[in-house]
Amino acid sequence: MKDEGAFSAADVNNVVKSYSNKRVVNEVSFSLAQGEIFGLIGPNGAGKTTIIRMMIDIIKPDSGDIHILGKRISEDTKNRIGYLPEERGLYKKLTVLKTLTYLSALKNSNVENSRIEELLKRVDLLPHKDKKIEELSRGMGQLIQFLATIIHNPKLIILDEPFAGLDPVNTELLKEIILELRSQNKAIVLSTHRMNEVEELCDRILMIDRGRSVLYGRLVDIKKEYRNNSVFVDFSGRLDGLKGVTERRDKEKYSELFLDDKTTSKEILKQLMSREGEVRRFGLSTPSLREIFLKVVGRKQ
Amino acid sequence: MNKIILILKHEFAQSLRRKSYIIMTLAFPLLALAAIGVSQIIGGIGGPSEPDKIITVGYVDNTNSFINYTDQQGVTLTPQTSEEEAVNALLEGEISEYFVIPPDYVESGIINRFTTERELEPPGNTVAAIRDFLQSNLLEGQASQEISNRVKFPMALFSTVLDEAGQPTDEVGGFAAFILPYIFSILLLMAIFTSSGYVLQGLGEEKENRIMEILLSSVSPRQLITGKVLGLGAAGLLQMVFWLLSARLLIELMPSGISDIIGNLEIAPSFIILSLIYFILGYLLFAILMAGFGSIGATARESQQLSMVIIIPAALPLYAIYFVIENPQHIISQLLTYFPFTAPITVIMRLGIAEIPAWQLAISMAILVASIYFSLVLVAKIFRTFLLMHGKTPRLREIIRYLRRA
Repeated sequence: MKDEGAFSAADVNNVVKSYSNKRVVNEVSFSLAQGEIFGLIGPNGAGKTTIIRMMIDIIKPDSGDIHILGKRISEDTKNRIGYLPEERGLYKKLTVLKTLTYLSALKNSNVENSRIEELLKRVDLLPHKDKKIEELSRGMGQLIQFLATIIHNPKLIILDEPFAGLDPVNTELLKEIILELRSQNKAIVLSTHRMNEVEELCDRILMIDRGRSVLYGRLVDIKKEYRNNSVFVDFSGRLDGLKGVTERRDKEKYSELFLDDKTTSKEILKQLMSREGEVRRFGLSTPSLREIFLKVVGRKQ
Repeated sequence: MNKIILILKHEFAQSLRRKSYIIMTLAFPLLALAAIGVSQIIGGIGGPSEPDKIITVGYVDNTNSFINYTDQQGVTLTPQTSEEEAVNALLEGEISEYFVIPPDYVESGIINRFTTERELEPPGNTVAAIRDFLQSNLLEGQASQEISNRVKFPMALFSTVLDEAGQPTDEVGGFAAFILPYIFSILLLMAIFTSSGYVLQGLGEEKENRIMEILLSSVSPRQLITGKVLGLGAAGLLQMVFWLLSARLLIELMPSGISDIIGNLEIAPSFIILSLIYFILGYLLFAILMAGFGSIGATARESQQLSMVIIIPAALPLYAIYFVIENPQHIISQLLTYFPFTAPITVIMRLGIAEIPAWQLAISMAILVASIYFSLVLVAKIFRTFLLMHGKTPRLREIIRYLRRA
């Protein structure tokens, strides 16, 4: 992770947006670094898309300010962002090549055919370059939409529910490309309500509920903070009588041991090793993002 | 600016490929061509033989004073000795009809006509022939040939319009003055509505395609509307030019009578230039507003219903056409010239009749240009909010509240 000074891909500061006297986004702030994947996470209707639309200057915040790559949002910053909206489509009658050329031109970028072809090759769609969009399958269409998002080589890429409707093969392909983009030092925002889907990708997250920021930080830190003090154990011997265990839940293939505050997982493992039997599996129980979300929202309520 | 041109080019190219556009563009000249063909065929069946045929009309003269002038245009009148003879001649086809002049004709004026045809009203050429025949015989000996002819055609009317200084102007009056502005204003209205209708339709498609948000992530609503309106307007203008050129060719093909009338109508260059200016200004205003309606309506049908709000006032001058044509300088005609929705048609109507003072044109254009700019700003704001909403048309109250805050 980089220090605070390196945050520059996007700075969102105290942003507020209301519709018909209802606050859809309520004083949300966060920063985005180059070369990180940032999860914007929350249930449907939490305000994620509104935040994104404000970052791209499609709608104006009521108050607060937003900087993209160090500049106030303007028509110019639009050109440096790649945005894949949740509600997305393409011109049905246009060919793949013409679609990508037109959409990149609208970003003020003169993309060479070789770059378009290279990208099409990456997603195995080069043979379809002269087909009309309406002739493609839905999944192919979604890949073209994704390519249109990154075609002009933007520094900041915002993906709203990028995996919705994709089959597992294309989902994996997209994840690979997203990781490649991170290694090229791009800043990537992944917005989704399917929290578990992005868990493996995100470096940091902002969790939103009903327009408010409820959790913000590095994913590892959050997971550490919200970890239950418990371990998973698959042990062939006996598990009773372990020191520091307050509760034991036996599941089909393993048991979960809840520890008291003073006891660490290491001490439990030591005790098990000294017993007769084989430790087939031993692990820390880390809560999923969904579990954390439910915990945080429950606590706030 | 660069992006506006990109959108303009894209929209223009897309329109030309659209099936509905191609069909509309070709349909007008093809239908007209078909209509001309049909009229030629019908004319071929009934037309040319008609003037050659001379109708023979019998008459029974009970006053014994109607003898001369039996050869009228296309009609020959043959005296019959009695009504029985006349009936026989009619049944045998020697005459096509007959009429009886009663003894007290000069006092009563009654003429009894007999025919075997069922008809709505007596054919005009026969009636004219009978009238001329009676008139000429009545006047014979009473008046000179000149007087007699003058009684038949008492006047050939020529009107001259005088300006403030009492000098004759070269303005035309009468039929041409009425028909030209009428046809042109309807054409203008049609052209403005068809072209701005493309904007409504195009936005509906983009809403359906869900490409709108992708576009708005690259360009501003104002750039998008401007590019779209100009691109589709260029396509609309091209369609108009195609129609006008094909109309020019079609006139050549028309039966000589009609093409003579149209060919003789002189259209001043200033009229064409002003028509073009008002087409462009009118189109811009309506197209931008249509874009607004397109973004508010949840479906194309709803958008169309909403657009009636501006279509009805635009068509208003058509209902006031008699008034405007008869009182081109009246204050109401002037107000219709200034009101942006009615300005294009009113100006065209008034131009056909009389010159419009330059200052009035200047005010009218200035108001139109200002309205166009104002609409663009307003619609861009509406666009930002409502275009991204799917499935629900907002209430008027919501729109007003939003605009007030924005």
